[in-house]
Parts: sequence; C-alpha cells; structure tokens
Amino acid sequence: MILKSKDLLGLKDLSEEEIEYILDTAKTMKYVITSNNKKTPHLQGKSIITLFYENSTRTRLSFELASKYMSASAANISASVSSVAKGESLIDTGRTIDMMGTDVIIIRHPQSGAPQLLAKHVKASVINAGDGMNEHPTQALLDMFTMREKIGTLKGLKVAIIGDIYHSRVARSNIWGLTKMGAEVSLAGPATLMPPGIELTGAKIYSTVQEALIDADVVMALRLQLERQKKALFPSVREYSKFFGLDEKRLKLAKKDALIMHPGPINRGVELTSTVADDKRSVINEQVTNGVAVRMALLYLLTRRENNEAVN
Amino acid sequence: MKLLIKNGHIIDPKTGIDGIYDLLSIDGKIAEISKDIDMTGCDVIDATNKYVIPGLIDAHCHLRDPGFEYKEDIESGTRSAAAGGFTSVACMPNTNPVCDNEAVIKYIINKSKQEGYVNVFPIGAITKGLKGEELAEIGELKFAGAVALSDDGKPVKSSSLMKKALQYSSMFDITIISHCEDVDLAEEGVMNEGYMSTILGLKGIPAAAEETMVARELILSEYTGIPVHIAHVSTALSVELIRNAKKRGVKVTCETCPHYFSLTEEACAGYNTNAKVNPPLRTAGDVRAIIDGIADGTIDIIATDHAPHHEDEKNVEFSLAANGMVGFETAVPLAITNLVKTGIITMKRLVEMMSINPARLLGLNKGTLEVGETADITILDIHDKKVIDVSNFQSKSRNSPFDKMELYGAVYGTIVGGRIVVQEGVVL
Repeated sequence: MILKSKDLLGLKDLSEEEIEYILDTAKTMKYVITSNNKKTPHLQGKSIITLFYENSTRTRLSFELASKYMSASAANISASVSSVAKGESLIDTGRTIDMMGTDVIIIRHPQSGAPQLLAKHVKASVINAGDGMNEHPTQALLDMFTMREKIGTLKGLKVAIIGDIYHSRVARSNIWGLTKMGAEVSLAGPATLMPPGIELTGAKIYSTVQEALIDADVVMALRLQLERQKKALFPSVREYSKFFGLDEKRLKLAKKDALIMHPGPINRGVELTSTVADDKRSVINEQVTNGVAVRMALLYLLTRRENNEAVN
Repeated sequence: MKLLIKNGHIIDPKTGIDGIYDLLSIDGKIAEISKDIDMTGCDVIDATNKYVIPGLIDAHCHLRDPGFEYKEDIESGTRSAAAGGFTSVACMPNTNPVCDNEAVIKYIINKSKQEGYVNVFPIGAITKGLKGEELAEIGELKFAGAVALSDDGKPVKSSSLMKKALQYSSMFDITIISHCEDVDLAEEGVMNEGYMSTILGLKGIPAAAEETMVARELILSEYTGIPVHIAHVSTALSVELIRNAKKRGVKVTCETCPHYFSLTEEACAGYNTNAKVNPPLRTAGDVRAIIDGIADGTIDIIATDHAPHHEDEKNVEFSLAANGMVGFETAVPLAITNLVKTGIITMKRLVEMMSINPARLLGLNKGTLEVGETADITILDIHDKKVIDVSNFQSKSRNSPFDKMELYGAVYGTIVGGRIVVQEGVVL
C-alpha cells in the first residue's frame, strides 16, 4: 500500500485505511526510538526541510529528530510572519526550497490553507505541521496512535475534547481522524469558542463539560490561548477553569481508567489541574514520544512513495 | 453616420416596444424603430435571432484608475465593460488618491473621454479619504460630475455621520450607496461564517454583519425620509429587511451581483481565492432568497462589483488574498443562464434591472431606445452556450471563479453613442 497523495495536508482527505497504515508503521518506528541505537537508514540521501512561520518547540524538534533518527539531511527555516508580509511570497519561498533538491517540506503557518497552496507549487512532499485554525494532522495521528496503543482500538471509543474548539487545528484534525476511525467525539467549550456547524462533522456538542465527560474513554484538554480573553471570548481564566477546567471531581464522570491527554504546552491550573496532568492516567508525556514515531512513519511513507513512483 | 440594426428582437420597456423591428441610429441618436427600414447608406448589423436592448449600465464597478493601474485602468476596464455589453459604468471611489475631490472626478471623466470604450460615471466618496470621519465636499463632487456617493469597500461606521451624509447629500439630489458591513461583527473574517468556514479553518463573517447595517440604513432612511441605495445585497435577511421596508414606503433601492445568485460559499473549497469576495459568498438558502428578491422586485438592480486584482494578490494564502472578482464579462451570461433561462425573470425585467433602474439611481438620461435618445445599445445572443475562458478577458485581471463554466448569453454587439464598440462579440 502507498499513500494516495504526495502530501499530508490534513486528515480530512485521508482514508480510514491510510490512517490505519500510518499508525501501523508508527508502531515499528516506536521500537527504533525506544531502543539504544536510534538510527535507521531509511531516509539516507533524503533532504528534509522544516519551514516554520510560527513559533514551535516540540513539533519542530519532533520532526527534526524523526528526520535525523532515519539518517536524512535536515535543515530548518524560520520565517517571521511580518517578514513574509513584506517580502517573499510563500510560493516563491517554496519553489526556492524545492529547487535545492528537497524531498519533504514540513510547514507550519498561521494561515489556514497555506500548506495546500505550497503543495500545489512544489515537487517535494509537503507535510502540514499546523496551518491556522485548519488542521494539525500529525498531532491528531499521534493522539490516535496513543489511544490505540493504550486501549487497543479506536472503534467505538468515546473521546471528549474540551476547550477552545474554534481556534483549534488539533481539535479539527482529531475530529476528522477519530470520526473516520469509528470513534465518537464529544465537544465542550465556551459557546464563544465553538465553531458554527461543527456538529455536521459528526461530533456532538455539549454545553457543559460534565455532559461531554460522561463515560468518556479519552479526555483531551486543549490549550487555551490566554490572550483570547482580550477579545471578550471568555471573561477570565478564573471563570474558564471554573466551568471548563478538568479536575479530579469532573474526571470521575469519565470511565475509571480514561486517558488524559493534552497537546501541550499545558497551562497548569487552567485547562487541567496539576494533579490531573500528573495523574497516572495522564499520557501527556507518552504523546511526545509517540509524536516522533508518527512523524518518522510519515516521512518514511511519503519518501517511499516517491521511490515507488520513480520505479513505476 | 447611419447605423441600422436589422431584424432584432427589440425590448424597450419605457416605450413598450417588444418585438422584431429594425432600429436606425443617426449621428449617435436613435432615429427610428420600425419594420423594414431602408438600409441605403447605412452600416448594417444583422440582429436576426438576437435581442436588441437599451445599453446596459453597471451601477457598481472598480476601474482601479488612478492608483492601481496594474490591476486595471480606464482603457482596459472599459474594454472589458464593452465586451460584457455595458455601455455605461459607474466606478467606485476607492482609488489612490481617493475620488473625494473635483480633481480626481475630472481626471476620471477626462481620461474616459480620451481612452474609454464606454461611458464612465464616477462615484464620489461620502467621507474624505474613505475614512468615515468627515464628509467629503459633496457639493463640489456633484458639480464636478459624480453620479452617486459611496465609501464602498468600507462602511460608514458612525450612524450619526451616515445620517448627516444622507441629509447633506439630499440638498444636491445625489444618492448614497451604502456598503453594509458591521466591521466589529465581521472581525477578521475572510469568508461566510458557517460549516464551510469551520471545516476550512477560516474565520467567518456572519450574515448578521451585513444585516445589522442594512437595518440601520433602512431606519436612517425612514427617519430622514431620504432615499438610500444598498450595495451588493448577499443575505436572505437583508432581502427580507428591504422587502419589509419597501412595503412601509421607505425610499430604499438595492442591488445584488451575479455571484450572489450564482455561487455559494462552497466555491471557497480548496482555498479558492477567486471565490473570495466581500460580502462573502453565502449559503444555498441565501442564494434562493436573493433569487426570490429578484423575482418579486425587492432587488432593483444587478450590478457587477467588477473588482479586478492582480494574480499576485490572489495566488497567496486565502486569508491574505484580496477580496473581489472581475465581473463585467460574466454578468450577462450569469444573468441569462441563472435568471432568464430558468424563468425567474423575463428579458424585459432584465433590461429594467441592468439598464433602466441603474440609470434612475445614477440620475442618467439613459436606459431607453426612445427616438431622440442617445444610441447606447446592447445586442445579446441568448440561444447558445459558450464556455467562459478567463484568458480571453479584456480586463487586465483574471480573478474569476466562473472560468470554464458553460453559460448561455453572449454579447453580440455593444453600441455607444451610435458607435459600434463590440461587433459580433469582438471589441473593435
């Protein structure tokens, strides 16, 4: 099996089989990163660029390590959004990188759809490492990988996603991926942070966090951007955590051994209490390890696809 | 100079003519409409199987001249208008410098006389620099040649200022065209707010951003008793608000654009920046309501909102792309295909919406083929389908979401002041 597209732009466009295939491949990759010798030759002779228009520590590092563990040549470009607004267009930047013999471009960008635009204009594979409020597919893949690893399956799982759904590309990618894999997604968050029409994706919307948590197998808290308070999207951090923060009491509504997840970085005491974040049911740290495995799998599958095409 | 248009189906609502006749123009004026006019000494256009109607008038376009000539200028813009069957266009004042003073009005009028393929009537700004702070010198604008006033592209945020603009402009008998958008509600939205914006991860502009300001303008018009014209109506509730106001006797007129009765927000799928426009493309329900508003007469005018942009301004991230689409060369095909061929309106009503009513709004002595009037004439062939090809556009810009669509309604001829500008579909 090979992935249908040269790019990984979002989970919206992936099939159930493709997601399954990526997660299976990531399982193999996890052996590599948990072993003593973290080096495979799979990406030898491949060139991988991370092109980040937004700040990121973990996603970027995760991709860079994934590339290096598999022997690729990796380099990175940071571009501040302001310099882009004044200077080179995304297409021109992309073409320049492309012409240097790059095999994979990993892009993070504040504008939704930027990876799609780039992908149309370059020969290299493009991986979306987060675009605006649209998708963050590798995060959702690592989330699903973690759930599957811990629980055994995604089918029939009840996953509660709590917080700022409106601005969250993590939520959107998880909704696409999880509903495709047969899980049931419940959403709760302030009404001002709930995107219109989101129920048409198949996710269920609840107005209280309690309702969304009932019998959940997985509880995922989203990071709250504190500056949204200034735009009157919620009154205060205090009130947010009072109504939507996850504490031990609320978690009792979920299944006894429900997984606790968070894409990071956590605002402790806001989205979750420290007790919850550090609870034995929390898989927040494992999510980080799995992130590297999933990204290795993707790099491998996308570059292998290219090899197959060359043979054909 | 004598021009004879033979055998066309002439529709002139003002005189009630609706049938196959010959039309004779002498020295730029309509001289005679009857059967079998003698063709001796005439240039002849055979209009058999075609409609011959009063020249189309676009009440809302952007010619980008002065200031943005890389997008369009008066020459290319009026070529495009002529190709689209328009004999007169009214251009919005968001140029650089802004058309808020006599000098820019005169520049546009003079340049159009030299280079223009069709008549150009400038619309002046309501406020200085389109800033929404102080009134522009409206009296001077009117006497320099402005045919209406608008801060198009930007709303007049202050209700008090809008009230005063209505009162002040009424002294000079010049109509305000309001771009209705509550920018606080629209925030940083880039497309219609709804399921599509959610799944594309783009910020949405709620329909309410338009509707709250439509409501405000209706109330201000009712309160002052002064007419107002609502630009580019795009939502169901806007139509309903205007319908109700008209029933109450409010002196409101309004326009919509071909894209609002032809496309939905779905056109933005895949981050198609050619479908990015303000107000944004709405839902299927809104499209139905716009069509109902056209059918029952609530909507008076079809205007193009022709908004050319350079490829570099569209070939970027969706949120960063410019708003607007070129409209001159697709307006007639879209109106014929989606309104006339579907039986929503008659050809006579189309003439009212695209010629008579715009003339009335702008105070132009046009919109008829009555003997003695200026020979501004459009000849349409509505029988065959044609594929829209943006690469053949006369406009400098190519930003159209209608490329490759197969539509009825081709412009066969455009005659401006008795002079043939478009013959057999080709701009001369």
